[in-house]
Amino acid sequence: MKKSSMLDLLVLVIRRDLVLAMRRRADVLTTLIFFVMVVSLFPLGVGPEMDMLRKMAAGVLWVAALLSSMLSLGRLFSADYLDGTLEQMMLAPQSLSMLVLGKMAAHWMVSGLPLVLMAPVLGLQFDMPVQALGVLIIGLLLGTPILSMVGAIGAALTLGLRGGGVLLSLLVLPLCIPVLIFGTGAVEAVSTGLSAVSHLSLLGALLVLALVFTPWVTAQALRISME
Amino acid sequence: MLEVSNLACSRGDHRLFSGLSFALHPGQIMQVQGANGSGKTSLLRMLCGFMMPDEGAISWCGGNTRDLEEDYYAEVLYLGHLNAIKDELSALENLRISVGLSGIELDEKEALAALRRMGLRGRERLPTKVLSQGQRRRVALARLLVSDAKLWILDEPLTALDVGAVALIQELIAEHLARQGIVIFTTHQPLQVAGVEMRSLSLS
Repeated sequence: MKKSSMLDLLVLVIRRDLVLAMRRRADVLTTLIFFVMVVSLFPLGVGPEMDMLRKMAAGVLWVAALLSSMLSLGRLFSADYLDGTLEQMMLAPQSLSMLVLGKMAAHWMVSGLPLVLMAPVLGLQFDMPVQALGVLIIGLLLGTPILSMVGAIGAALTLGLRGGGVLLSLLVLPLCIPVLIFGTGAVEAVSTGLSAVSHLSLLGALLVLALVFTPWVTAQALRISME
Repeated sequence: MLEVSNLACSRGDHRLFSGLSFALHPGQIMQVQGANGSGKTSLLRMLCGFMMPDEGAISWCGGNTRDLEEDYYAEVLYLGHLNAIKDELSALENLRISVGLSGIELDEKEALAALRRMGLRGRERLPTKVLSQGQRRRVALARLLVSDAKLWILDEPLTALDVGAVALIQELIAEHLARQGIVIFTTHQPLQVAGVEMRSLSLS
């Protein structure tokens, strides 16, 4: 027996959530399939006009990513809440924020990262130029973790509520608008020959801000929900 | 040492208890008694810091538990109505993770030994969803074997357990008290621990 440090605990939570996700593969796949379906429906719906598709590509991909990340948020804490694991997490000898950070990281790896990896393939459907595609991926890589982290606050606040899913979307989606604006803005800037650095830096800044504040806020929200 | 002074709790408009004071010293055990809905679980959840008391304070070794936070949580083992067990994970994984959350790294051999002592030989690697209610409770209770927490807070630890398991839990509690631990629990079943005076607290 040996005492574990804060980092050990973080790794433990991430590994646990990943193992659980692998054993409930259907949940993971729903998010990804939803993303692919929504994005693929657009070229079919608006017709194969290349100019228009190229223009709307970034927006469609970002909105789809936003919506599909909402899908899995409800499950972020609810299973642990129902079976009592959350109580045990609150009694962990390390700060609850650290455990929450681990859960956010695992959530992103399961529901954010696959979207980022899938995006270039889907971008081809919209005839996106390679450069724009690159910026889109970097943007998604910076932006999807923010979606998971901000979403976690909403998930913690709506924990145990009936009809929490709808409330969660209402709470979280407005908060994600800046991410959407800078994410699509970056792609647009590159397409019009400007530099995307400013947009991406702002996304990076948002990510750092979220990393610092959201775990703590989520931990407080969880404590309130547990009472 | 756990000290509770002038504690009050209400749910909604209903006052469950007020003016509750007691102190528990190392090696002491206390049973919380009362009818259904008298606030036993609420009291235990307050001791764990899940609920804020309306009035009064809970202190551990002289410091308020609200200020001690993680230092206090490291000394507490809480076993509630919910087992905190994941259906998808095996008994072994469940035990190692739940002990891991309480800050202790357990290697596979120690975890297997604990599960075997809990009477789960041959079922260590089965997903817990195929286990019976009592066996799942045993997986949760296996934490008692490997924990180094001083204060055990047990909410109905004996539900779904058979006679053999109840005897084992009594034995574990006796060992814990002999190590100068503190136990506070609720139960509707008789639980005897040899050689110690059982204190009791009635909520009404």
